[in-house]
Formats: sequence, structure tokens, C-alpha cells
Amino acid sequence: MERNLMKGNEALAEAAIRAGCKCFFGYPITPQTELSAYMAKRMEKAGGVFLQAESEIAAINMVLGAAATGVRAMTSSSSPGISLKSEGISYIAGSDLPCVIINVQRGGPGLGGIQPSQADYWQATKALGHGDFHLLVYAPASVQEMINMLTKAFDLADEYRMPAMILADGLLGQMMEPVTFPEIKANVVEKPWATNGHQFKRKHNIVNSLYLQPDGLQKTVQDRFVRYEDIKKKHSEAELYKTEDADIVVVAYGATARVAKSAVNKAREAGIKAGLIRPMTLWPFPEKQIVEGTKAASDVLVVEMSMGQMVDDVKLSLECSKPVHFFGRTGGVIPKPTEIFDEIIKIGGAK
Amino acid sequence: MARSSFKKKSGGSVKRITVVTGHYGVGKTNVSVNLAIKLAGSSKKVTVVDLDIVNPYFRTADFDDLFESRNIELIKPMYANSNLDIPAINFDLERIIREDRYIVIDVGGDDAGAIALGRYAEALSEYQSDLEMYYVINCFRYLTRTADEALALMYEIENASRMKHTGIINNSNLGNETTAYDIKASISFAKEIAEKASLPIIFHTYSKNIDMDNGEGFEEMDIFVKPLWEV
Repeated sequence: MERNLMKGNEALAEAAIRAGCKCFFGYPITPQTELSAYMAKRMEKAGGVFLQAESEIAAINMVLGAAATGVRAMTSSSSPGISLKSEGISYIAGSDLPCVIINVQRGGPGLGGIQPSQADYWQATKALGHGDFHLLVYAPASVQEMINMLTKAFDLADEYRMPAMILADGLLGQMMEPVTFPEIKANVVEKPWATNGHQFKRKHNIVNSLYLQPDGLQKTVQDRFVRYEDIKKKHSEAELYKTEDADIVVVAYGATARVAKSAVNKAREAGIKAGLIRPMTLWPFPEKQIVEGTKAASDVLVVEMSMGQMVDDVKLSLECSKPVHFFGRTGGVIPKPTEIFDEIIKIGGAK
Repeated sequence: MARSSFKKKSGGSVKRITVVTGHYGVGKTNVSVNLAIKLAGSSKKVTVVDLDIVNPYFRTADFDDLFESRNIELIKPMYANSNLDIPAINFDLERIIREDRYIVIDVGGDDAGAIALGRYAEALSEYQSDLEMYYVINCFRYLTRTADEALALMYEIENASRMKHTGIINNSNLGNETTAYDIKASISFAKEIAEKASLPIIFHTYSKNIDMDNGEGFEEMDIFVKPLWEV
């Protein structure tokens, strides 16, 4: 198969086109701008629509409109831009519409910085907009995985009628790696709810997130949560690396997991039984895999490019049965393999 | 030694000013850093100019320490590697090129990056006989995989920069997956571009860790631009 050298942002864009995305609405922001630029170049040739909206808020509401007609629609941004989109994402969830949102994270809060960060974990997994809802959150750790996860995100979004997010970071978005585009067989999901013209053959469809009766809204939300339970059972993913006999297990996702893997290898070379669990979905969180991967471990070390936003999810997965330590860098600073190695030693890996 | 090809193809001796352009991601920065280090190694006074106002990540300005250790002067935009994401150049390239030093100018990717170079086209034209402008190609980079795609972009860069290339550097690679086979397979791609553009191929690059019988026309490269976890 043909190997290409691609930047993460470009790979996400190309993968979306190949997954049948027909509408991309964006607004430039570092470090994801190449994604929009790529779409501007390629989308029209691929028979779709690229539109640079007047703002992030406009872009997400265009996604809502396009998704309502049943086409695959996507938007992308970086942290501050995602905050702006949060209202629209809540409306999309409340309207049971599928779409894909890409967040190439940078440092925050506020305008923050333009260097890589993972400080939007809470936002993505707990609170991206108001109301009772979840979105699927994928956390790729390589350019190839960005491609694979994007297709999956579209498929599951369609299947469960909900928004899905690719939570990347500036490092992944900007870096170049060899990739192969698999033959993408996008799931074709029937969308009888789409507002694409009834042609007098059926009742007209309504896409809406407003409910006049509280019990009607309650029922809709409860039904949604039944679907969420199904997703939790079937679709959580994680990579377990050298965990079978590991005394110390590092838990890290995204680009940080690549750095952590180097540290784990270094620890193994030094005779320390270290392992790595890499959550690939952040919602649903891979609770079972965390338990499975830490069976032999006495200590767990969470490493993130944030002040420790994933730590609670790891503790809850383990029901606080083991000490969960944390090491993090924030504000656009990337942890070094040696720093994580030192942390492993500090926890007691030298014994 | 492969280095001889660099000298020969560029007319007996290395010219004083080298401008490096190309599609973003082909490896311009890695080529620029290598050129600068080789020049400094032959006891030349060298200045590297980071003229990339497009990409805030992976740029020559990342190599401060390396340059310092080789006594290479680095000129970079004031806000390079900071959080201020504005395309501003606050140094005086017109003055810098007048100095009695060898200069490697690492231009930003694509025609967008070359716009900054166009600002200095007139000043640089005074040194035409002492200047090379190399178009770096990589046949594994998406959107420049065919000779015609790579050529189309080359002309877009020339339009944006208002300057003409004088040679092609074939930097075809697949990152750390690159094999000798990949590099050999890229030669016909480079030749097609060179022929259609009527430009010489300055050299084909290969990284130190690849087992190449480095014949005429090949240039060994150190890999400086790499992800943090491989450092």
C-alpha cells in the first residue's frame, strides 16, 4: 500500500473527505489551520462544500444545519474556538444529530498559547456545553491513528446519532509521519429522520432541541442515556503495553503517550517493570482496561499535558484501590521522556 | 565523499547565499540545518535566517543550542517559539545579506511562506551571481507526489517570491521508515522535475543511518528535526 508523509492536520482532513464528509465549516486558529487550508484546497474537487464561516459559532451552527439534512459534516478548531462552539455542540446533541468535531488542543485557559496541550480533557469528556449529554471522544496518538479514528468517529456518530470528537493536540496536528490510507468503507447508515425533503411521500421531519413538556424532555434524555450505556459496553478502547507484569503502570493518552512509551522502554532497560495504558477513547473511558492493565501493579502514574484532568477517571476506574500519582506539564510545555523516567524512579521503580 | 557533489554541481565553489524553499513538510528545515553545519565545518562564517512566518512548530529556530555550539549565527523572528502567533519579521535581511558571511535562508512552506521572501527579492537580486535558490522535493509528501504537482507548486513559489530557483534538492523520505530502496525509487521523480524545469539536481539526500553506497550526486544528512520521543 502507498505510504505518504503527512502532517496530522492534513491527514485528518483527507481522512474526513475519504470517509464521505461532504460539508466542512471552519474558522482558522493555530495550531489546526492546515486542516482548514487543506479542506479549502481539496473539498470542492471531492464534490463537497468548504466554507470559512464568519466565526466559530457560525461554523458549528452550519454543521448543525448540514447534519440535519443527513450529510456527513465536520468542523475543526483549537481550544478557545471549541469553547465558542460549545453552545452549538449542545444543540447538536440535543437534536440527536451526528457530526465530527476536531480539537487540536493548545494551552489555556483564555487565549492561552499556541503550543500543544491536553487541558481540554474535562471540557471534552464532562462539560462540552450545557445539559445532560455526552459526546464520543477519540484520542489519537499518531498521524495514522488520526486517520483510522476519524472514520470510526463518523461511523459511530451516525450509528448513535450523536456528535463525536477527535481530541488531538498541537504536536500531533503539526507533526509529520508516514501513513497509509486504508480502503475506507464508511458505514452507510439510513437516516429516515433527515430533513432532506419529504416529496409528499412521508410526514415531514423536524429537527429540534426544544421540548415544551418536561416529561417529554426527560424521556428523550433518558433514552439517550440508554444509548450511552450501550456505547460504554461496546466502544471503549485502550492500548496495553507491557502491563502483564508491570509494577508501575503509566496512564497517558495522545502525544503524551508517545513520550511515556519512551520512558517505559527506558525503565525496562534499567530493569524496572514498567508498563503503559493508553486510553484511545476518553469517553467512554476505558475503565475495564485500566483495571485489567494494572492487575500486577502496585502504583499507577498518570501523565498529561495538563494539571491532571484524567487522574479522577483513573482513580474511579480503580475504585481508589491503588495509589494514583500524577506528573504533568502545562501551558504548552511537553514532558520529556527523561522527566517521566525520573518520576517512575521516584515512585519506587528502583526497588 | 558525497560533499564534493554539492560543490561541483553548484559551480566549483559554494555560493554565499543559499535560499531553501519547498512544499511544507518536505524537510526544508532539516536540509537548511545540514547545509549550515557543513558550511560552518569548512570554517566559513555562517548565518542561518529563519524566514518562516507560516508555521510556529518545527522550524530552524528550534536549533539555537546546536547552532551556538557550531558558532553559527541564528536570525529568527522575535516571536519565534513564543506564544505570539503573528507573522512578523523584525530583523533587517537587507543588511544581513551585505555582511561578509555565508547565509542560509530557510523559507516557510509553499507559496504562502514564500511571500515573505518576495519582500526581499529586489535586495537579493543584487547578489544573483552569488546566490542559489534550491527547491526541496519529497516524492512521499502528499499533494506533491507527482512531478507535475511538485512543479506547479515550484512555480507558485517563484510567483510569490518573485525569484527563480537555480536547483533541485531531492530530499525524498518517509521519516524514520526511509530505506535505500525508497531513495533510489525517488530518483526518476527528481529527474523528471529537473528536466521539465531545466534545473540541475544539486543532490539526493539520505540519512546517516541508511545503508547507501553513496555515489556521485548523493549527500549524507543528519536528522535534526525529529519528534521529542526520539531525542
